Amino acid sequence: MSVRQLHRFHGGVHPPEHKMASNGSRIEPAPLPPQLIIALSQHIGSPAEPLVAVGERVLKGQMIAQASGTLSAAVHASSSGTVLAIEPRPSAHPSGLAAPCIVIATDGEERWLERQPVPWRDWLAAGDVRAIRDYLRDMGVVGLGGAMFPSHLKLTGGALQTLVINGAECEPYISCDDRLMRERAGEIVAGIALLAELTQASEVLVGIEDNKPEAIEAMRLAAGGSAIDIVAVPTIYPSGGAKQLIRILTGKEVAAGVRSTDLGVQCFNVGTVYAAYRALEHGEPLISRIVTLTGTVAKPGNVEALLGTPLDFLLHHAGAHDEMEACIYGGPMMGFALPTLAAGLTKAGNCLLAKSQAILPRAPAEMPCIRCGACADACPAELQPMDLYWFARSKQFGRAQERNLFDCIECGACAYVCPSHIRLVDYYRYAKSEIWAAERDKQAADLARERHTFRQFRLERDKQEKAERLAARAAAAKQQAAGKAEAAAKTAQAATAVEQASAANASMPAGDTVAASKGAPSMDDKQAKIAAAMARAAARRAGTPATGDTPDPVLPSVAAAQNEPATPAPALTESAATPAGSDDAAALRAERIRQAMATAKARRTGTLAPPPADPKQQKREMEAARLAAMSVDERAALEAEKKAKIAAAMARVAAQRQGEETSAQRQSEDQPAQRGDEEKS
Amino acid sequence: MSALGLSLMLMAGLALLLGAVLGFAAVRFRVEGDPIAAQIDAILPQTQCGQCGYPGCKPYAEAIANDEADINQCPPGGDDGVRKLAELLGRDYKPLNAEHGAPAPRALAVIDEARCIGCTLCIQACPVDAIVGAAKHMHTVIAAECTGCELCIAPCPVDCIAMLPVGVTIPTWRYPTIPLKVVA
Ligand code: SF4
Ligand code: SF4
Ligand code: SF4
Ligand code: SF4
Repeated sequence: MSVRQLHRFHGGVHPPEHKMASNGSRIEPAPLPPQLIIALSQHIGSPAEPLVAVGERVLKGQMIAQASGTLSAAVHASSSGTVLAIEPRPSAHPSGLAAPCIVIATDGEERWLERQPVPWRDWLAAGDVRAIRDYLRDMGVVGLGGAMFPSHLKLTGGALQTLVINGAECEPYISCDDRLMRERAGEIVAGIALLAELTQASEVLVGIEDNKPEAIEAMRLAAGGSAIDIVAVPTIYPSGGAKQLIRILTGKEVAAGVRSTDLGVQCFNVGTVYAAYRALEHGEPLISRIVTLTGTVAKPGNVEALLGTPLDFLLHHAGAHDEMEACIYGGPMMGFALPTLAAGLTKAGNCLLAKSQAILPRAPAEMPCIRCGACADACPAELQPMDLYWFARSKQFGRAQERNLFDCIECGACAYVCPSHIRLVDYYRYAKSEIWAAERDKQAADLARERHTFRQFRLERDKQEKAERLAARAAAAKQQAAGKAEAAAKTAQAATAVEQASAANASMPAGDTVAASKGAPSMDDKQAKIAAAMARAAARRAGTPATGDTPDPVLPSVAAAQNEPATPAPALTESAATPAGSDDAAALRAERIRQAMATAKARRTGTLAPPPADPKQQKREMEAARLAAMSVDERAALEAEKKAKIAAAMARVAAQRQGEETSAQRQSEDQPAQRGDEEKS
Repeated sequence: MSALGLSLMLMAGLALLLGAVLGFAAVRFRVEGDPIAAQIDAILPQTQCGQCGYPGCKPYAEAIANDEADINQCPPGGDDGVRKLAELLGRDYKPLNAEHGAPAPRALAVIDEARCIGCTLCIQACPVDAIVGAAKHMHTVIAAECTGCELCIAPCPVDCIAMLPVGVTIPTWRYPTIPLKVVA
């Protein structure tokens, strides 16, 4: 139509096209496979989150996984059937690693979810671009040219100067866009008009390589009378790169780190335009795409295949020959050899190229780089491929990055011209993945450093706060102790305690406790008692059904305890039933439970805890005895599963609160833990 | 004489003035901390596991900076880490000291929540606060923050924490190193 001044991008190559094999026949629907393996990550960004459960029946077009986060898109059931599994399956990725997929057993009915076109024009009139974006995201529309960038993110709401539609399809062998434009030009043009309206573009350019005259003709017919300019661009690889096509059509250079939107240009692939049109005008999510099946197959051509169709099923449909030695996903320049054919078709799968020696002979062995500069001449991103190669090879990734490694679009033009047959792109992919890995490690290390530093700070702060609290308490205890000194002095035991307390030393916990308990009982004492009673009750409840394998003496003693939960125990009895009531016993609970756990652990490893020690006159030894006795008690509880364990822990917390003064050592361990909880919750 | 004297005096005055400015700047803008220790710390993997014999990566970094520790004591850093340290400090590379353990594939702690009794001991052990939970409630590990140091394993009284190896996933997969077959 119009005579438009075209521009050139740097470099480029002319590989043999081989499109004739597949572009001669109409797009056929691919048969329905018995199983669909639908990957949750069919786009750049976070994988979609499953919305269905195994065994659930799904309808064709039903959203089975929703977008998670901004950079994501939904995934739909490509046909009706039953969800067979939600599990990792080998994926169409150079690694062949398993990635989460939803597997659907098709029922052959192809029953659609009710489809409704949406009033997107009303939304647009109301200025609600967001609704349209969300809708496209929920329809799973992503870039079908290979980049898989979620399309809704390209609709920024601002007005564009130029909307570029990419129908170049420069990669050899592939003809899916060619056939799509020939057969469905009307819908594509309608989709372009729709996108032009959405982006308020003042100029719409469709770039199609001049080796597809039928497609250009069909598109021109369909676009006749509209403002859409169908431009035939010279056939040169990689004219279909977004940056390169923008350069050809508008002369604008999209520099490193600049988004084309900032230059007022946005680029969509024709397949994407078609998908957006089906979504907005027919309410159809993206559940199928056109795939070129070519190479060493009986029936090369294009099929419209459901997403998730197993690749071996597709190849079988095309009649792959026996001499097929590998299958390339994508074209020969930018694609990769599939490690497994068990994967399902993804939104990126524009071509399956069955490779044989005759079609793509194995590259000869690599020779050293002779620095001929041919690669630099061919590079459309104007890089110095031989330098990048050198740095990648010698693992000087930083220097490769300095030389704009990330501007490389992995088009393969450099490797195509290299007289030394160096697989340059592999080196760049390797370098890029190493850089990403280093970046991830660095982020993880930074996070760990930060959290560790904060933890150090928190522990320090807690220690200080505790010291202050202890000092305050010790002062209070000193006053009390002084007042009650006479009464307390009645027993030798208490006298010792008072002496200790009046020493006003925070690290003399026993005396502190005794003094406090002999004075006005504090709130903490009551709480400890209640908690202790609760613990025993729980232990009893849990302990009862476990009678079979519990040592007998325990149960009666627990039963005895329940009648008098808060009775102060005679200080010198060794009864296992009563210790909880006494104040200093409550203070010692933490120790006991620890002991109990040790016992539980010992029992697990086969060694039984020693029998309770004989009570002695000395206070220390008596405490030890009580400890051991309690451990039997607790043992029953522990034996009887988690409930008792929880109760024990409850008691321990209470004891901790009460026993803050009991043992400086214990405190310094426990208190920070609680604090940690608070901070995190 | 006067021209010479004047210029001499001018120069002397300038020298004094600049000397004072520099002296002031040296005091006023002094860099806190030991930059070498910080650089070493930046190389260390921050697993905070203590295998090096120091209570964390930073103390180890400081020990290296003070020449108190060798550079081959950090198993999580692996051989690569030793190489980087050697390069930074201008020392010779030496293989990892086996006394401090061998590098292991990265793993994450996972708590069997049904068995956890909520004793909070693991929280106290975790050097990066990657465990959440409250006393007597179940605990769990924040996978994104766990460094895999294994310090939480030992304190757990009911042995309900296990280290699960972090497998390779598609996002973390590295493009394979290319076999370098250069024909001589
Ligand atoms: S084309 Fe190949 S041999 Fe020539 S400079 Fe580039 S990498 Fe080296
Ligand atoms: S061994 Fe390494 S990772 Fe572990 S604390 Fe020491 S320096 Fe840090
Ligand atoms: S959870 Fe365990 S392994 Fe993970 S960082 Fe904390 S202590 Fe280390
Ligand atoms: S140490 Fe074990 S039982 Fe205790 S809170 Fe942690 S996971 Fe639970």
